[in-house]
Amino acid sequence: MNAVFKRPPTLKDTYTHFCPGCTHGIAHRLIAEVLDEMQIVDKTIGIPGVGCCVFLYNYFPIDVLEAPHGRAPACATGMKRAQPDKIIFAYQGDGDMAAIGTSEIIHAANRGENVTVFFINNTVYGMTGGQMAPTTLLGQQTTTSPYGRNFQTEGYPIKMAEMLATLEGVAYSTRVALHSPKHVNQAKKAVRKALEMQINEMGFSMVEFLSTCNTNWRVSPLEALKVLENEMIPYYPLGVFKERTGKDFL
Amino acid sequence: MDKKLIKGNIALAEGAIQAGCRFYFGYPITPQNDIPEYLAKQLPKCGGTFIPAESEIASINMVMGASASGKRAMTSSSGPGISLMQEGISYLAGSELPAVIVNIMRCGPGLGGIAPTQGDYNQAVHGGGHGDYKNIVLAPASVQEMFDLTIKAFELADKYRNPAMILADAMIGQFQEPCRLSPLKPVEYPEKPWSLTGAKGRKPQLLKSLYLGDNEQEEHNLLLKKKYDEIQQREALCEMQNLDDAEIMVIAFGTPSRVAKTAIRQARKLGVKVGLLRPITLFPFPEKEIYECSSRVKKILVVEMNTGQMVRDVRIAAHKDAAISFYGRPGGGFPYPDDVLAEIKKAMEGNER
Repeated sequence: MNAVFKRPPTLKDTYTHFCPGCTHGIAHRLIAEVLDEMQIVDKTIGIPGVGCCVFLYNYFPIDVLEAPHGRAPACATGMKRAQPDKIIFAYQGDGDMAAIGTSEIIHAANRGENVTVFFINNTVYGMTGGQMAPTTLLGQQTTTSPYGRNFQTEGYPIKMAEMLATLEGVAYSTRVALHSPKHVNQAKKAVRKALEMQINEMGFSMVEFLSTCNTNWRVSPLEALKVLENEMIPYYPLGVFKERTGKDFL
Repeated sequence: MDKKLIKGNIALAEGAIQAGCRFYFGYPITPQNDIPEYLAKQLPKCGGTFIPAESEIASINMVMGASASGKRAMTSSSGPGISLMQEGISYLAGSELPAVIVNIMRCGPGLGGIAPTQGDYNQAVHGGGHGDYKNIVLAPASVQEMFDLTIKAFELADKYRNPAMILADAMIGQFQEPCRLSPLKPVEYPEKPWSLTGAKGRKPQLLKSLYLGDNEQEEHNLLLKKKYDEIQQREALCEMQNLDDAEIMVIAFGTPSRVAKTAIRQARKLGVKVGLLRPITLFPFPEKEIYECSSRVKKILVVEMNTGQMVRDVRIAAHKDAAISFYGRPGGGFPYPDDVLAEIKKAMEGNER
């Protein structure tokens, strides 16, 4: 029998802590596939943030540093400056990057740190039980916005990919989605492009993945994919917001 | 050996370079700005990295990234900035990562003032961040010690895979003294097989502080405790002066220890038998020496530039019958030799134990 699909070697054969239906696993697989294809696994170091992404080391057979909440871009900065020949990626959720870690992400990006950040935007704090995040959609009910997010009291959902694209140090900023095979394929290309930016020393690269959290959204996995398509994408448009082509840093 | 007239902060920064530190990350705050300014100039000359970080939070996490890579890394700050670093220091302790953190103390609480103080003793010695951990804490009392103890801080941090803090006040940081700017012995560089350098040809490595499994965190805390006990047993340092025949023992660290030395000279001229014990390491605290001396002397006088922080550790360490008095000047107030002399006399006149 011909195998048409299999687990990439750089994804450990183990049980997952992610809920059934969660798209974190897809993002993990894409990164693992690209690391394998680019043959950079043994020189890659991962820095997960705090939250559902923290167990990165359970799934990737690579060196891992566990960063404090929101601080992965600062840890990545120190590590990349110490080891410019290694591939350093941070992996952050939306509470981690877009709330507590805004200072660290903006300044790492603005300095043009030659690192890659993978950003899972699922509009809620997942691991702590589905509280409102800066990325929560208007009207979206969470455990801490039980009447729905109201722009008058909680402000508007924050668009990280667009915001970071305004900074000169950013080489690549894109938003992709994980709800359909077509979009997953596009997301993989973005992962590859981001890591290529780092290998080519182009500066800071960031991939925002629109992801699902069916558990905390209180919907089925299939319904969650529809929510992503019908409610997230209209507010968070997909696309490339910045792509550096030369080594011109200004 | 040649000596150079130099500021305490500069001696510390030069000590860091000579200790092999090539990574410095920091955010401006008075009274320690000489340190980043010196390193911004010198580090690029020796292939080092200097980043003017966006905050003290970022600084300490950049230190964490460089340290996890197996490199010697440092940050420096003062009161408010050190408060912001506490999260990172706790993570460093939990992940068993070496780092050198410098606190050139200014007064607080809050924004406080930029005058010398020792108000951060408790924060440095008894945690500061969350969780059950300890920093190695070194307390220089001269420009020479700013240089020498910085090198020692890097050695101890690496040896025990633990954050080490230099706790000096603004006085020690800002004044000038002649200083020998070369190490007395070759700098030690322990191996770092645990560092994250990519898993080429070996098993992947992990540096973390999260332990969710049954008993995992307790086991981890007990391992840390074992390490702290070892540090306590092996590394405690103090200077002892005129204690052989002393009836009164003054205990002070940093600037007050220098003031106390003058007061002790004056008291000796008056025939008062008084000596000094100066802790050089605050953790590990020189408990054994304090206990032994406290069993011999009639009185103990603790002098600090705060309202009484180290004095609590002296009470714990001293003999149970020791008579301990305290003289403190907080918030930028300064003990003068006459003040300390008056306290010594007061102690002498008081009831004997």
